[in-house]
Amino acid sequence: MFQIIRNAPVYDVVIVGSGAGGGTATKVLTDLGISVCLLEAGPMLNPAHDFKEHMWPYQVPHRGVGDDASGYFGRSPYGFGYFSATFGNWELEGEPYTTAPGNQFRWFRSRIVGGRTNHYGRISLRLADYDFKSYTRDGVGTDWPIGYDDISPYYDKAESFIGVTGSKEGIRSAPDGIFQKCPPPRVHEVLVQKACQKLGIPCIPSRLAIITQETNGRPPCHYCAQCGRGCISSSNYSASQVQVFPALKSGKLQLITNAMARELISDDEGKVKAVSYVDKTTRTEKQVRCRAVVLAASACESARLLLNSKSSRHSNGLANSSGQVGRNLTDSVGYDLSAHIPALENLMRHNSDGMGGMHVYVPWWLWDKKLDFPRGYHIEIGGGFGMPQVGTTSSTCENHEGYGKDLKNAIYRDFGTRVGLSGRGEMIPNEHTYAEIDPNVVDEWGIPVLRFHFQWTDAELKQVDHMEQTFTAILETMGGKILGSHHPERHSGQKISIGGMIIHEVGTVRMGDDPAKAPLNKYSQAHDVKNLFVADGGPFVSNPDKNPTLTITALSWRMSEYLAEEMRKGNV
Amino acid sequence: MFNSELSRREVLRAIALTVAAGGLTTADAQHVHEMAAAEKVASGGAYKPKLFNDHQYATLKQLCELTIPGANEGGAPEFIDLLSSHNTELAVLFTGGLAWMDDECQRRYQATFLASKPEEQTALLDLIAYRRNAHQEGLGHGIRFFDWARRLTADAYYTSAPGIKEIGYQGNTAVAKFEVPQEAVEYALRRSHLG
Repeated sequence: MFQIIRNAPVYDVVIVGSGAGGGTATKVLTDLGISVCLLEAGPMLNPAHDFKEHMWPYQVPHRGVGDDASGYFGRSPYGFGYFSATFGNWELEGEPYTTAPGNQFRWFRSRIVGGRTNHYGRISLRLADYDFKSYTRDGVGTDWPIGYDDISPYYDKAESFIGVTGSKEGIRSAPDGIFQKCPPPRVHEVLVQKACQKLGIPCIPSRLAIITQETNGRPPCHYCAQCGRGCISSSNYSASQVQVFPALKSGKLQLITNAMARELISDDEGKVKAVSYVDKTTRTEKQVRCRAVVLAASACESARLLLNSKSSRHSNGLANSSGQVGRNLTDSVGYDLSAHIPALENLMRHNSDGMGGMHVYVPWWLWDKKLDFPRGYHIEIGGGFGMPQVGTTSSTCENHEGYGKDLKNAIYRDFGTRVGLSGRGEMIPNEHTYAEIDPNVVDEWGIPVLRFHFQWTDAELKQVDHMEQTFTAILETMGGKILGSHHPERHSGQKISIGGMIIHEVGTVRMGDDPAKAPLNKYSQAHDVKNLFVADGGPFVSNPDKNPTLTITALSWRMSEYLAEEMRKGNV
Repeated sequence: MFNSELSRREVLRAIALTVAAGGLTTADAQHVHEMAAAEKVASGGAYKPKLFNDHQYATLKQLCELTIPGANEGGAPEFIDLLSSHNTELAVLFTGGLAWMDDECQRRYQATFLASKPEEQTALLDLIAYRRNAHQEGLGHGIRFFDWARRLTADAYYTSAPGIKEIGYQGNTAVAKFEVPQEAVEYALRRSHLG
């Protein structure tokens, strides 16, 4: 049912999506006095009520495995566990997506104010200077239309505002930024550092969007390691708490929740004049009018919105004269390996919680070496005495077997002995990997859904082989015994993550100087539609081995300042 | 160490103190209230089995306690019954597994598992607690069942307050400064030969 309110207000900017990109655009634009209407497909977030920070597992009868024990059978409805602040999952009821035959892809969506920033890993890595010009270096992929110097000031602004830990290291693959002090390494992290030192691999303090000093009125981290559950004291970055909630007090922001964007409405000149959305609570169709629109619904969701915005003028979808919307989709290459470390057996008990994430990590260190695959990866480190949860003792039960006092002693001995390494590497865009509109399927709102095509290539598979060799070397140098899924004889296609599972999907609305090859210009503004901007992972030209959130934030900041200036000049 | 109901509130109070601007909001207070209520539900009152009959539940309790001493206090039988009542795969595993144990004890000791002597009960566990005995005629079913029983019992116990205390987890609390005991670092370095 259509409901058009004739004398509805015209907002300067409508932003679709309230995650890292939309949250940043909201903050920057409202700070500059621009009126913003923010559409979020999910409900409002109430951190004090919704976050399960500091809950013990025994506070729920099912201990976190789910009332129907589905966690024991690999079908958990919680994505990252009952206690996580994901507010979403790999599948959302009523909002399906499809994959082309023979392809695998998994798409994580969080419908909530703040989106996936409520639970994400907070890893905050700058792209390196060479990451923007990789094609020039190795002839693969495409160069960005911007360089490190264009984005560097915006990394500065983003880091200063949201707060990021780290240390000055002078490593080219991991440019230094504006850092707060990172807490010291945990015991297992000291071992990883020592092993890396022996192997000539750098292992440096973590760069996490967690504050260790008071920042803009937010109190510092209290070291409970539960960032993934959401932080009631806002001591880590989430777009909801750090950007959207403060902007609500500016008088410049209208937030509309449960608003599922369906289509962008263009005027006769080809500019966007309104965003049409489904009000999920009443199941009615509404429109909100604007002078400009910023898509920040996530790389794939923004591409979907553009592809679904068809008109006689834009038969291919809006801003898609290049035919590249939905194309160039990538995720990070993922590979994990863990080991039992005998040196940590019966370690004296202490509180090793710390920040919600590793305190040290391995940046890519072979950027100037010739390898049998292009680009590189970084290594994330897991371990320590985490809060016991369902599964904590499984490995001891399985390996030690037995029962009674003897089993209890083994469980005590093994607690905190597991160290895991996770590789996150660069995938090169390929022609077989993209998202398109499924011609046959709509979601419960009647909106055509995405159909994914996803294929890894030799470049990624060889990288995973390299990860496996490296991780094995590090863990064995620590005296570790490799656990679980270690099968060197397996083909690398069986070791690599399923596409989408690292939740770093980017590239579907990429930027570029040539309108025939890229939907957006170097300011993330559509070549075809001057008042249309994209501020999520869509504009990425490549997907380097740096988790995308910090770069989404910096690019959104840069885009927002540009948009504000263009509006001031009357160009938008 | 924070593993009682009271301590949890202390944790949240500590957090509230950390929240510089004005302490807890009304919504925060409501949250704490709900948490405490949930705790009572989770820990209070005598549990009435939802799936198992009296004999099955008594057998399960004995099995849990033998598997992980203290498991009954840690709520393992409730945990297993609750989950099995909502999950047919688990229900079949446990009702079938408990029946298998009675059957096997009848064959060996002419009594149910519960009615068997303590040393007979442990003699059976000595067999089914190890995969290496799987070649023995008929033990495969018991071994598979015990694998699940052990896993769920350990999960329940080590996510309970007494289990968390026993394993020595000392976190889930607010601290102003994160520190690592040097003694622990030296212990690990020495044993890893990386020092």
